[in-house]
Amino acid sequence: MLYREAGQFKSTYAADSAILPIRQDRIGLALILLVAFVVIPLTATPYLFSAILIPCLILALAALGLNLLTGYAGQLSLGTAAFMAVGAFMSYNFILRIPGIPLLLAFAGGGVMAAAVGIVFGLPSLRIRGFYLAVATLAAQFFILWCLTKVGWFTNYNPSGVITAQPMVILGYAFDTPPEKYLLVLSIVTLMALAAKNMVRGNIGRQWMAIRDMDVAAEVIGIRPMRAKLLAFAVSSFYCGVAGALFAYAYLGTVEPEAYNLDLSFRILFMIIIGGVGTVLGAFLGSAFIVVLPIALSTGVAFLDSTLHLNVPSSVGSNLELMVFGGLIIFFLIVEPHGLARIWQITKEKLRLWPFPY
Amino acid sequence: MQFFFEVLIGGLLSGVMYSLVALGFVLIYKASGVFNFAQGSLVFFAALTFVGLMEHGLTFGAALAVTLLVMILLGLLIEKFVLRPLVNQPQISLFMATIGLSFLIEGLAQLLWGANVRGLDIGIQDEPIGWIADATGVNVSKFDLSAAGIAAVLVTLLALLFSRTRIGRALRAVADDHQAALAVGIPLQQIWGIVWAVAGFVALVAGLLWGARNGVQFALTFVALKALPVLILGGFDSVPGAIVGGLIIGATEKLAEVYFGPYVGGGIEGWFPYVLALAFLLVRPEGLFGEKIIRRI
Repeated sequence: MLYREAGQFKSTYAADSAILPIRQDRIGLALILLVAFVVIPLTATPYLFSAILIPCLILALAALGLNLLTGYAGQLSLGTAAFMAVGAFMSYNFILRIPGIPLLLAFAGGGVMAAAVGIVFGLPSLRIRGFYLAVATLAAQFFILWCLTKVGWFTNYNPSGVITAQPMVILGYAFDTPPEKYLLVLSIVTLMALAAKNMVRGNIGRQWMAIRDMDVAAEVIGIRPMRAKLLAFAVSSFYCGVAGALFAYAYLGTVEPEAYNLDLSFRILFMIIIGGVGTVLGAFLGSAFIVVLPIALSTGVAFLDSTLHLNVPSSVGSNLELMVFGGLIIFFLIVEPHGLARIWQITKEKLRLWPFPY
Repeated sequence: MQFFFEVLIGGLLSGVMYSLVALGFVLIYKASGVFNFAQGSLVFFAALTFVGLMEHGLTFGAALAVTLLVMILLGLLIEKFVLRPLVNQPQISLFMATIGLSFLIEGLAQLLWGANVRGLDIGIQDEPIGWIADATGVNVSKFDLSAAGIAAVLVTLLALLFSRTRIGRALRAVADDHQAALAVGIPLQQIWGIVWAVAGFVALVAGLLWGARNGVQFALTFVALKALPVLILGGFDSVPGAIVGGLIIGATEKLAEVYFGPYVGGGIEGWFPYVLALAFLLVRPEGLFGEKIIRRI
């Protein structure tokens, strides 16, 4: 009853191709943005900001980038974290070597460099497909991290390899408290998510989806596979690069190769699978799930431990967390293979008819 | 020149060890189209279980038998609780499920047996073989050569299983087309159970050899990452491909590390196999021996 679009007529082409054609969606999104931009900064604790909200948003951006590549263009990649590392390290070098460069420009520059690297590692996708491609992108993961560790120029010849990130200053204003960092990240992520949503609705997105569904057929109807695939790699890597820079500057506070290991790549892949492949919403839901789950599990184990006086050794606790994490991923894949975004869709269908069964 | 041969032979023999892990992947991919990322964890689990049982006072033979049973049981359980509910899902979902599975198995293994590094002695010393060294001056490790021999036996057995037995024929039929195989009366679930059990057995062999070589520790799970370039080089669905791929990767990796590594700061073993395999794929997109993919609209 509440979620019903009856009576909302579209009388112009603009209204017909609007990004949110249903009024309830617009109100809902406005409410979410209001909460994210106003209510949360006023109420949340510093722990909530730096342990959950900021990593959630940043990883959602990376997941969005991977989703453009894997979910929309159908090219499976296991090298996401490496592209993030490129973004972080190049941003660091831009700020270090070009005095007075605006912070956002440096982030964008990091993204562009990541996009360039992404194109290079995307070239094999013109020849190879599926799991062969996935394994090939692992080459990017290992090679790039090796480069960042071995070539001194990237780390400014820092002997430890762990560099403190420069403070984030935009127009003389320093973003250094958790709420400020959160607002900066949130603004960037919101803008880029909007851009992504528009991209996948438009010409490029349709080309990607055609390539994903059947590349030979797409080629026959006049889509240039080379252009579409490389564009997917470039855009995806740009998103990952910016996310990587934010990860280093707004979350970790350090720039180090170890933060961008294969584990992170897998976590981002989990995010899009659990959130929903080929949806923008799914990247956010999946990221929230994967970031919150380990925290919830460890608090849960600690809570049970203290209330029941089990005296679980910490190694047992961490192994149990690992098992539950793995088990839950399998469970989710079995019960809802299309991800959390699909559950939201089903909920919307139900809400449309509510309170009647059909 | 002598040094070159020593590096080459060392590389070839360590390549055989990669092939052993890659074989487990190929078996499962061939029979169910699942890219089983948990194979490395299975190797770890097998080695850890074996060592744990030995510590509890079992003899070598008894521990081997019990571990084999455990691995077969684990394979059957995986088939029943992970794969069966995911039939007809896209390949990427199955792949992700096996990554989740690898977390589960790693956690379980360390929960049962603890996380400390253990030595494993299977009675073969890692020392140069005297008479070869005397005759040619090239040092060949006894252990590596034995591992190669075991791998050869294993591959021959698997090749015979695939080409000569009823089960092998059923496996190939299932690999070709699930639906058609079901239609002619091949019990799909039983076949998958067998494949996972065999993969568990291969993981046990690989786990014992790798564990004896590097010690039984968490790092064993990373041998899966070593096996991936072998797989794409040889082709996902080819048993001989896994062997040849392993030999090529092992040899070139060691040669590159020795002759090319010092110029770029070393440590290139981590990525060199991938780049090599990638370069190879550009020429042959389905690997050396992989089935040729024909695309139609």
